[in-house]
Amino acid sequence: MEKAIKRYWPIFLIPTMAAFLIGFIVPFAMGLWLSLCEFTTVTDAVFVGLKNYIRAFQDPVFLHAFWYTALFALVSLFIINIFAFAIALALTQNVPGTNLFRTVFFLPNLIGGIVLGYIWQLIFNGVLAKYNAALALNEWYGFWGLIISVSWQQIGYMMIIYIAGLQSIPEDLQEAARIDGANARQRLFHVTIPMMMPSITICTFLTITNGFKLFDQNLSLTAGEPSKMSEMLALNIYNTFYGRVGWEGVGQAKAVVFFVLVVAIGMIQLRLTRTREVQQ
Amino acid sequence: MRKKLLSLGVVAALSLGLLAGCGGKNNNENKETDAPTQEATEAQEKETEKETEKETEKETEKETEKEDDGETASDGSVYYLNFKPEQDLQWQELAEYYTRETGVEVKVLTAASGTYESTLKSEMAKTDSPTLFQVNGPVRLAAWKDYCYDLKGSDIYNELSSEDFALMDGDSVAGIGYVIETYGLIYNKALLEEAGYTQDDIKNFEDLKKVSEDITARKDELGFSAFTSSGMDPSSDWRFKTHLANMPIYYEYQADNIDVTDAIKGTYLDNYRQIWDLYINNATCDPGLLSTKTGDDAVAEFVTEQAVFYQNGTWAYNDVSELGEENLGMLPIYIGVEGEENQGLCTGTENYWCVNKKADEADIQATLDFMNWCVTSEVGTKALCGVDAAMPSGDDGMGFVIPFKKNLESENPLVNLANEYVAEGKTPVSWNFSTMPSEEWKNGVGSALTSYAADQTDENWEAVVTAFVDGWAEEYAASNS
Repeated sequence: MEKAIKRYWPIFLIPTMAAFLIGFIVPFAMGLWLSLCEFTTVTDAVFVGLKNYIRAFQDPVFLHAFWYTALFALVSLFIINIFAFAIALALTQNVPGTNLFRTVFFLPNLIGGIVLGYIWQLIFNGVLAKYNAALALNEWYGFWGLIISVSWQQIGYMMIIYIAGLQSIPEDLQEAARIDGANARQRLFHVTIPMMMPSITICTFLTITNGFKLFDQNLSLTAGEPSKMSEMLALNIYNTFYGRVGWEGVGQAKAVVFFVLVVAIGMIQLRLTRTREVQQ
Repeated sequence: MRKKLLSLGVVAALSLGLLAGCGGKNNNENKETDAPTQEATEAQEKETEKETEKETEKETEKETEKEDDGETASDGSVYYLNFKPEQDLQWQELAEYYTRETGVEVKVLTAASGTYESTLKSEMAKTDSPTLFQVNGPVRLAAWKDYCYDLKGSDIYNELSSEDFALMDGDSVAGIGYVIETYGLIYNKALLEEAGYTQDDIKNFEDLKKVSEDITARKDELGFSAFTSSGMDPSSDWRFKTHLANMPIYYEYQADNIDVTDAIKGTYLDNYRQIWDLYINNATCDPGLLSTKTGDDAVAEFVTEQAVFYQNGTWAYNDVSELGEENLGMLPIYIGVEGEENQGLCTGTENYWCVNKKADEADIQATLDFMNWCVTSEVGTKALCGVDAAMPSGDDGMGFVIPFKKNLESENPLVNLANEYVAEGKTPVSWNFSTMPSEEWKNGVGSALTSYAADQTDENWEAVVTAFVDGWAEEYAASNS
């Protein structure tokens, strides 16, 4: 059996590799090439060199979107993870109804981003209307609106990962700490959290990349209003691509910059949290 | 064991091949014979064989019939990427009808509202690209001109009632406008009379201002407002950032005697402010809430008689028809320019048909034939122009005014109102918004208008002016370098 697998493994890889090639590698390579071109459709590209990149970096809205997104990713990183961890801790104590609560917290994650954005827009504007304000009038309303809706959606998901992590911590470690006289606080910071580092690595990676990649909620909740002040990177790329004649390549160039950025940040974050993981 | 694995591998490889076969089918033009042969290779050979035989017999019979009818028995096909979601059903039906009549395959795809450009981009990159598509004027044409077949001398070009409706790219005819539309201030006659006025009381901006401010002052007593909400939600903001913004652009072009510019001066922006102030401060809702109001909100307010005026065009007739034909009127949008008593409604087109130059010769010919059929045949023109039961199936038609010689008299009351203005000798306002430099420009003006509505200071109006004037120059430069 093992021999057979050793010999025929490429056959088993064919379907996945084909899908990966068609859905991932080819579009990515094309994207890189197109960022150096001017084009109307992807099949009639004309090479123009680095012009698109120069334009991308000269765009003040892109730079604003950059730091606005970075701030968003940072704030959502902390809020989502702290809340998710706290809820996971609460729901692993032996209290009645934990399964129900886990389900309830996880549910928002099943709703698509666009729908979620529109629903929250109605709620926020409904509340803000009482004070004669609206989401589209202030970039910070939009910012906190995004934070709230994204947290609402993602906390449940991260909670599940944290719960899995918490349940895999051997009970004897906790018990040993308790016998040694550690209080609840000390057990949390010196036993639970160090043991949870693998989960924390995953969750921080997911939240920070999700923060940078956020598109659907941004589109449906604020659409960049007022005057592109709440436009994040992904939406800015999209708007650049379709907003002006001849700027498709610039949108593509921004997408490449965006890719490099997310990969770099993801790598740094992985390295930072990995080094803190302990052997079980 | 090994044998089993081997056979599994073989099965996997084979099924992959099958998948590839399915994918290839779409590209294959011989649609009729293709499907049966593939079925035949599959398991139930015997059973299907008989059926296929029958089918192919039928097909050949049909085809010979068609050829006997023999009008346009070309082997090309038509693929129309339609811009107007409102008319999707009608186009589908017309396409089916045409196929039945002539045997030429016509496929109609309608892009969802607001996604035409992205749909067109991806469809054009495919092997089976649209043969017939739309651009909305010179700015979009700049992006697609390499794809536009020169329509000069074609049958449909010769059918045009005026050469003004041809979209030129240098000397070649890149597009042909196929529908003329008109917008203005649609109003509710009964409500206006209830407030004590008639259309004759409104001849210029001063009158309009007087009437609407009077209605606002007596709002509680009357039970309705002057204007429907000027919603700045994307479903409605084009009425102001594009259509209303056309007014100052039109007057500036008139004053400077130009029809396109790389830098707008904003001569009439104070007028733009006047009319915008009037819209937002005499409306059904607080101006601070406009960013949340949608197009549907405005329609609802209008048909439930909460407001007298509703800025929109002939295409909106179906939305407001429940008020009754006798109750609907249309006023020009007065913005307070000298001599505007003679101004009519805003009439023009932003729907140009273009034929894909990169399509097959046969497909181009089929497309040209189809277009020509739409605007000359009895069924085609009736479907395009008629309203009640104008489609072959008895459904409602598209209600267009078409700029072709065979245009039928319209049954759309709003269109007839527009014609009355022309008959009275009023000058129609042309659609200059197709010269706006980019979508980005419109969005910039729209955002600034929203902010200004919420907080109506001179400073915030300056932001509108900046977006309008400086934004124009910047966007023009960005799109043309």
